[in-house]
Amino acid sequence: MTVAGVVEHLALDVLAEGDLSTLVTGGYCSDLLSDVLAHAGGGDVWITHQRHMNVVAVAKLKEVAAVVIVRGAAPNEQMVERARAEGVNLLMSGESAFQAAGKLYRLLSG
Amino acid sequence: MSARDSLLHRRVFVLPAGNLEEAGSVSGDVRRELTAMGVEQDIIRRAGVVCFEGEMNIAMYSQGGRIILLVADDRVELLFSDRGPGIPDIELARTPGYSTAPDWAREMGFGAGMGIPNMERQSDRLEIRSRLDGGTVIRAVFKRGAE
Repeated sequence: MTVAGVVEHLALDVLAEGDLSTLVTGGYCSDLLSDVLAHAGGGDVWITHQRHMNVVAVAKLKEVAAVVIVRGAAPNEQMVERARAEGVNLLMSGESAFQAAGKLYRLLSG
Repeated sequence: MSARDSLLHRRVFVLPAGNLEEAGSVSGDVRRELTAMGVEQDIIRRAGVVCFEGEMNIAMYSQGGRIILLVADDRVELLFSDRGPGIPDIELARTPGYSTAPDWAREMGFGAGMGIPNMERQSDRLEIRSRLDGGTVIRAVFKRGAE
């Protein structure tokens, strides 16, 4: 499953496009940056409520496949610009973290 | 670094006070430089995490500081130093879950009390020295060729 596939199945908005052909191997759901740094894996889709610049830095460091911001809480243009510049796939879901994570889990284990 | 002749690369990054927005950029630069030097992937990953945590601490708690990256044949080192309040109780600061982060930082997802534990876990050696109302120095060592 690629990021593009996840975008399609979860009906996500693409805010910044890095490489949508990146392979998705798992997911991680957390709003604590140190927790993501410690436990998220490369290839994970990171589901979060956080929407600020440091999220892009963490996403880049951990080489996550994509960041999904939930509840349709759009980040500011500065963050979107940073994601674009760093080549990070920045996505948005109108649903809750629980719903987005549930759908992603079913998709990846199905 | 004891064996001076084994030093391959030295780079100093200066961090101004309270620049949280840009914090994270040094870890990106460190990763790029280590990659360009052909350092082991495992070390690049671990040094990136350690650098990010250190950068965040300097940005959140100090009045500015610097990060020095050293690359040698047998190791990579990150040296963090800041001017600031210092850490009153280093053992307490090493305790998972302990944090003195202000509310605004917690709302941004910092202050989980995992920063220093993460730095310890991801490095092969972590030394912390601190002086109250002076500042803090942290040395993180990553041993090369141990994979």
